[in-house]
Amino acid sequence: MSAMTYDKAMEQFDPVFGIEVHVELNTKTKMFCGCANEFGAEPNTQVCPVCLGLPGSMPVVNDKAVESAIRLGLSLGCSIRESSRFARKNYFYPDLAKDYQISQYDEPTCFEGSLDVVLDDGEVFTIGIERAHMEEDAGKNTHVGGTGGIQGASHSLVDYNRGGVPLVEIVTHPITGAGARTAEVARAYVATIRDIVKALGISDGRMEQGSVRADVNLSLRPKAVAGEDQNAVPFGKRSETKNVNSLRAIERAIHFEATRQADLLLAGEPVVQETRHWHEDTGSTTSGRSKEQAEDYRYFPEPDLLPVEPSREWVEELRGTIPEHPAKMRARLKEEWAFSDTDMRDAVNADALDLIAASVAAGAKPQAARKWWMGELARTANDRGVTLRDLPVTPQDVAQLQGLVDEGKINDKLARQALEGVLAGEGSPAEVVESRGLAVVSDDSALEAAVDEALAAQPDVLAKIQDGKVQAAGAIVGAVMKATRGQADAGRVREIILQRAGVEG
Amino acid sequence: MSSLERSDVARLAALARIDMTDEDLDRLSGQLAAIVDSVAKVAEVAGQDVPATSHPIPMSNVHREDVVRPSLSQEAALSSAPEAEDGRFRVPQILGEEA
Repeated sequence: MSAMTYDKAMEQFDPVFGIEVHVELNTKTKMFCGCANEFGAEPNTQVCPVCLGLPGSMPVVNDKAVESAIRLGLSLGCSIRESSRFARKNYFYPDLAKDYQISQYDEPTCFEGSLDVVLDDGEVFTIGIERAHMEEDAGKNTHVGGTGGIQGASHSLVDYNRGGVPLVEIVTHPITGAGARTAEVARAYVATIRDIVKALGISDGRMEQGSVRADVNLSLRPKAVAGEDQNAVPFGKRSETKNVNSLRAIERAIHFEATRQADLLLAGEPVVQETRHWHEDTGSTTSGRSKEQAEDYRYFPEPDLLPVEPSREWVEELRGTIPEHPAKMRARLKEEWAFSDTDMRDAVNADALDLIAASVAAGAKPQAARKWWMGELARTANDRGVTLRDLPVTPQDVAQLQGLVDEGKINDKLARQALEGVLAGEGSPAEVVESRGLAVVSDDSALEAAVDEALAAQPDVLAKIQDGKVQAAGAIVGAVMKATRGQADAGRVREIILQRAGVEG
Repeated sequence: MSSLERSDVARLAALARIDMTDEDLDRLSGQLAAIVDSVAKVAEVAGQDVPATSHPIPMSNVHREDVVRPSLSQEAALSSAPEAEDGRFRVPQILGEEA
């Protein structure tokens, strides 16, 4: 094994990278036909002559997909082409029923944009976007026999439900100048795209389900010698690692490729320009096909589809629907909510920001909303192995729950019980409080009786309190809380104890 | 505009997965070159005022609304497949790599 590491590779070489991100749009139907675009259906039940590529069938563009692509392009600062067209990308692979993919080639709908990504320490890095174009997704192959991979399989089975699902592919310009922060910048870029598509509401952005997928290009070039301009040094040969489908995997893939290429270069061996496969289990890549000879897609304009010519009025109208940039929104919310860096980062990583925001909008205080989502609810989600938004609790529930606490109807302990009820499907927090009888005992006469009983049982404690050791009251508070099964307002109990003892708190 | 070479035809045939014999290549190289050269004449005739165009009919934005329409049943979808298994199209071993 070599002793090469990512850090050493970065000390010796200047990395250049590029990323292609595929975003699966959440339109109701596919790109060119009316089949449902839904994840998880029985195989080959969302297919028709168009997406199966049967002879004589004709594609028709989904208007909503065009709208989503334009909105995404505008969010990336792209220009929107006045006239764009589709093209056929020809290749043979069984997940494409037609033996070509309808994509865009020389006239993509969105081109030349730029996106600011914010790194963990607040540094901003600007990524140049070359294009964002529309295309269709392919079907899904299952390899049978062997070890389940493509090698050694006896045959493959194809489900075309995903075939024809609308995608937007976002392609960056070659990105230079990130140096040792390349892996971080790449990760932050993909995270930003994911956040933007979610904010736009055009995709669920779920990387684990393949809704956002990335291909990562990386090459290394020599570091400029003194007096030389780094940008004047020619790029090295690049590898393209396909289907790197989590944020962590993006960082790992860049670490692995940089290390691998640095090893080759230092040994005087060439880096081959090729496609590489990412292996999540080992954190490594292996050679796919070599690009030089294999890649010739014979693109030509798609004759079955007419040009897309969005009117300038429509584009401007769509520009008006672009939400605040997620990074800007985060900075604003952090300020408004007075969250610490850690609070904010945890909430972002838990994907809880919009849940907290919705809870705040429903009336909860920001810190209280954070406490519920990041505490009790995060634990429950973790125990159940689901995401926060899969829990049967809404931001309105959280706001209502906190409202009941703030009004003094329930205390924190009872609130947790109420939340348990909500999670068990027993209704809203108010309903659970009612049905489970969780309200704090605020009837003073009941509390006074309980206090008297507890004081009578522990005369020594009463003596201590009267002796000025007010903190001894805690034992009585505990006894009363126990007697009332936690349903008493501890603050009020303490007041009553001190009154009864003849001591003023 | 240069003419089509025999090697171009062999390459295109390979890309299109068309199996061609040497005789096929000899014969078709000449014929295809004649066709390509004829089409190239159009470029000579067209002046600067004629923009390149991919679609002869001046139409655009023929879209459909995003409304679900019935799909085929799984049975119907697979009915003309040479082989099917587990509700999926069964295809021979894939030798190439994933694109």
